[in-house]
Amino acid sequence: MNMRPDNIQAKKLQEPASQESRDKEMDRRFFNKLSLALLGFASLLVGIPIIGFLVDPLFRSAPRLWRQVGAVDDFKVGDIAEVSFDDTSALPWAGLTGKTAAWLYRQEEQEFVAYSANCSHLGCPVRWESDAQFFMCPCHGGVYYKNGNVAAGPPPRGLTKYPVRVQNGQVEILTSPAPIT
Amino acid sequence: MRILLQLWNWFDDRTGASAIWRATAGHLVPPNTGWAYVFGSATLVAFIVQVATGIALATIYVPSTASAYSTLQFISTQARWGHLLRGMHYFGASAMILLVGIHVTRTYLMAAYKYPREMSWLSGSVLLLLIVGMGFTGQLLRWDQVAFWSVYIAAEQAGRVPFIGKTIAHFILAGNTVGGTTLSRFFAFHVFFIPMLIFGFIGIHLYLVLRNGISEPPKKGHPVDPKTYRAWYEDMLKREGHPFWPNAAWRDVVFGVAVIVVLVALAWIVGAPHLSQPADPTILQAEPRPDWYLLWYFALLALTPPKLESYVMILAPLTFVLFLILPPLLANKGERSAWRRPWAIGLVITCWMMIGTLWIEGKRAPWSPDFSAESLPAHVVNATSGPIYEGAQLFHSKGCEYCHAISGYGGERGPDLTYVRDRLSADQITIRIVNGGVNMPAFGGTLTSSELRNLSTFLDSRTRTQKSQY
Repeated sequence: MNMRPDNIQAKKLQEPASQESRDKEMDRRFFNKLSLALLGFASLLVGIPIIGFLVDPLFRSAPRLWRQVGAVDDFKVGDIAEVSFDDTSALPWAGLTGKTAAWLYRQEEQEFVAYSANCSHLGCPVRWESDAQFFMCPCHGGVYYKNGNVAAGPPPRGLTKYPVRVQNGQVEILTSPAPIT
Repeated sequence: MRILLQLWNWFDDRTGASAIWRATAGHLVPPNTGWAYVFGSATLVAFIVQVATGIALATIYVPSTASAYSTLQFISTQARWGHLLRGMHYFGASAMILLVGIHVTRTYLMAAYKYPREMSWLSGSVLLLLIVGMGFTGQLLRWDQVAFWSVYIAAEQAGRVPFIGKTIAHFILAGNTVGGTTLSRFFAFHVFFIPMLIFGFIGIHLYLVLRNGISEPPKKGHPVDPKTYRAWYEDMLKREGHPFWPNAAWRDVVFGVAVIVVLVALAWIVGAPHLSQPADPTILQAEPRPDWYLLWYFALLALTPPKLESYVMILAPLTFVLFLILPPLLANKGERSAWRRPWAIGLVITCWMMIGTLWIEGKRAPWSPDFSAESLPAHVVNATSGPIYEGAQLFHSKGCEYCHAISGYGGERGPDLTYVRDRLSADQITIRIVNGGVNMPAFGGTLTSSELRNLSTFLDSRTRTQKSQY
């Protein structure tokens, strides 16, 4: 049905072009371009804020803060314990996920090491097996030594370490982005 | 009655409803389409169930990381019909995946992707990928421990993409870590964005059926020739075709209703999937597993040698997409009958067997340590004191049993050690414990020499000959 106007136009074009029909053709082209350009402009007008809104987290780096995870004496020398602390970017409705867990190793009297709980293989939560003295991953059986190095299995590298310091008798961990291998 | 008729006539005149009905439901279809043709419409039926139950669930579900889990618990335990609706939504998702799998197998075996239906195949391929996307995003909305860690696993996999991996990973997380905006992002994709695309592509997919006609059941020796096919097809329809409704549609109705009945029955009897603990980054005792429809992929990644893994993570999905795109582009004419396309049969059998065996392996997950392994019972240890007994205790406490089984107790990640002494000498056993291996950590640094002696002595006693003594 909508073929007909086109056919008529096609026929007209084959005739020796009169000034009038050439003008009409120019008009048609102009209106076509104008409409497409306007629609493109409108799409950008709506689209840019939406895309910007969606990709914003990529450009916003959360401030990194030192978080207290406990007094130095809460941890035994040579032991590894789970600690948790608040993310810096935690939103009011984040609930439990506003927290991050880490494994804290009191290596020496004043020396602590903090490991990310994410396996370097695919990010599953590694657990510390205190009797066996290994970190083990439940997903594909990755194993790490106490110093965070890979002991066995598929992990491509050791456990990610978080910066940790002792300040006024308190152990503090620096909040960090989730480690992506 | 007269008034009703007049009303209908008025409505029909102003809208053209009956003309649309005749042109769509009344379109001619080839004879003998049979039961093989019901799976596409059944997928659509399951999708409609998903939309309906999904809207109902969304009236209570709150997509915030703090509340999602408790609203789901409310739906499951307190809201009237809530448990049933969640079950229907879960089994509806399962049905969609299964039915779309059968549908794509059927159309591939019958080469329905050939001229002029290439776009039907390609639009269907997009739908297939979108459905898998729905399955994955939907599982995360449970926002339990499994869901929480699955987000990390997805981000880690995306992170393996060269150059832009980290960007994609952080886009998935909606930030630097899993947090407040992660769940609502998945919710928006699961509930608005992907369904919108599905609606659109279903529209295209169905429109193409009307435009090009449903493919006739293939016959050996009737190759498709793009030059003559359309004329032949129209001619065939004029001679032998019958209207889709009700001549062919009754089968779709029967099967579609059966699908719904089975869905409701499963939801009633089996119920919605169990919610594990709430998503909590500080609970590290989690064992993330995908739902059954992605379990085979989990197995594929687990069984891939770590060195090749990054390639598999990127190339396997790409290969899958390529397999979907290529058939209509490479072979859009010629024989359609599967009996003249032995490679097609081979490919289908290979794919289903691969997915099937990987699925079984994924269910067993022998590569995962068994953290629930209990210490060996006395009749297996065969000693109540002394080094063998002590060694058996160490075998459990030092985590050996997570990965090694003895007489059926323990994990399957490492070799079975029931008769290890028959394979290895006492020295070899000790050396292996101390040094470890590819998938076994070295225990040299964590065992005292007396512990090592006891453990070795215990393993030395694991032999067939000793058992046959009595």
